[in-house]
Amino acid sequence: MLHSLVGKSLGFIGYTIQYGCIAHCAFEYVGEFVTCSGPSMEPTITNRDVVFSERVSRHLYRIEKGDIVIAKSPFDPKMNICKRVIGLEGDKVCISGPSDSFKTHTYVPRGHVWLEGDNLQNSTDSRSYGSIPYALIRGRVCLKVESDSFLPYPLLHFTMSLYFFYCPTEQESVVFK
Amino acid sequence: MAQKAGFGRRYFRAFMSGFFVAVPVTVTVLDRLAYVARVDGSSMQPSLNPEGADTFDIVLLNRWSVRNFEVRRGDIVSVVSPKNPKQKIIKRVIALEGDFIKTLGYKNRYVRVPDGHLWIEGDHYGHSFDSNTFGPVSLGLIHGRASHIIWPPNRWQKIRPFVPANRRPLLNWGGSEDDVDSDQP
Repeated sequence: MLHSLVGKSLGFIGYTIQYGCIAHCAFEYVGEFVTCSGPSMEPTITNRDVVFSERVSRHLYRIEKGDIVIAKSPFDPKMNICKRVIGLEGDKVCISGPSDSFKTHTYVPRGHVWLEGDNLQNSTDSRSYGSIPYALIRGRVCLKVESDSFLPYPLLHFTMSLYFFYCPTEQESVVFK
Repeated sequence: MAQKAGFGRRYFRAFMSGFFVAVPVTVTVLDRLAYVARVDGSSMQPSLNPEGADTFDIVLLNRWSVRNFEVRRGDIVSVVSPKNPKQKIIKRVIALEGDFIKTLGYKNRYVRVPDGHLWIEGDHYGHSFDSNTFGPVSLGLIHGRASHIIWPPNRWQKIRPFVPANRRPLLNWGGSEDDVDSDQP
């Protein structure tokens, strides 16, 4: 009786660890669903949109100009930002605002990327804090879940809650500043 | 023949079930708990690689302790190089966010480390590619904290945080008042 109880609980713990590890690998190397908030990527991504960010191209160093990426904020690593890649290392980028008459340019240093929001008037991005290291990029946004479609939501909530349960310290909400 | 196919299938199934346990568990342990890495180069002498280029120290990087991006001054940490995302560098944390630090050859003589950043330096002054070259690094680049030297065996030890006495942050430096001349002509 006691023997079988110990055996069952050990087996349960083993399965929990196994599926936790599989979940970690999936979220770390395949991709995850992220809820976005804030105005900086309008009109491409609006407030409360749910996007899928894939990790493969980040690990293979295949991020290209024009990709929308989710990155850790350089000033608060627990917060995430979602911006569009404007320049890769060595590119010349414009750092002045859209209404300025005198344009100033700078070069993106080695190993860095230049990120800007689509909503240029209302976005805190590389124009204010400079280019950010490539390693801060977490994933590339590859699809947006339509906000009025009902189908993915149960699955999504399950995935998100599983992730929070599995890794409670990591903040998953993307905050546009 | 049929029996042989059954054998093959059974071995295949056993292999797959073992594979699906071993690989995710290994990857997760390496990502979340601990990582083992060889230290190349002389930038951390004399703490690591004290005998030069012919011997290599192997260190245990504790990844669990940096999950919330919490480090102390004096810890030896591994950081993804800001200049090359494929490379990791191992340095000592000299100053945390908000500290004032006197730099050794950076473009500014005194630097306030910005929020969410670290100032890292190698122990071997002059032979290290560190914050004196590329400036403060973001906390998000942190990879792990070196907690033990595990190889060679005669150097097996725990690594304790240690800040060189002349590299302490100038904590009260920001408190110095500017001489404001109140007399207006």
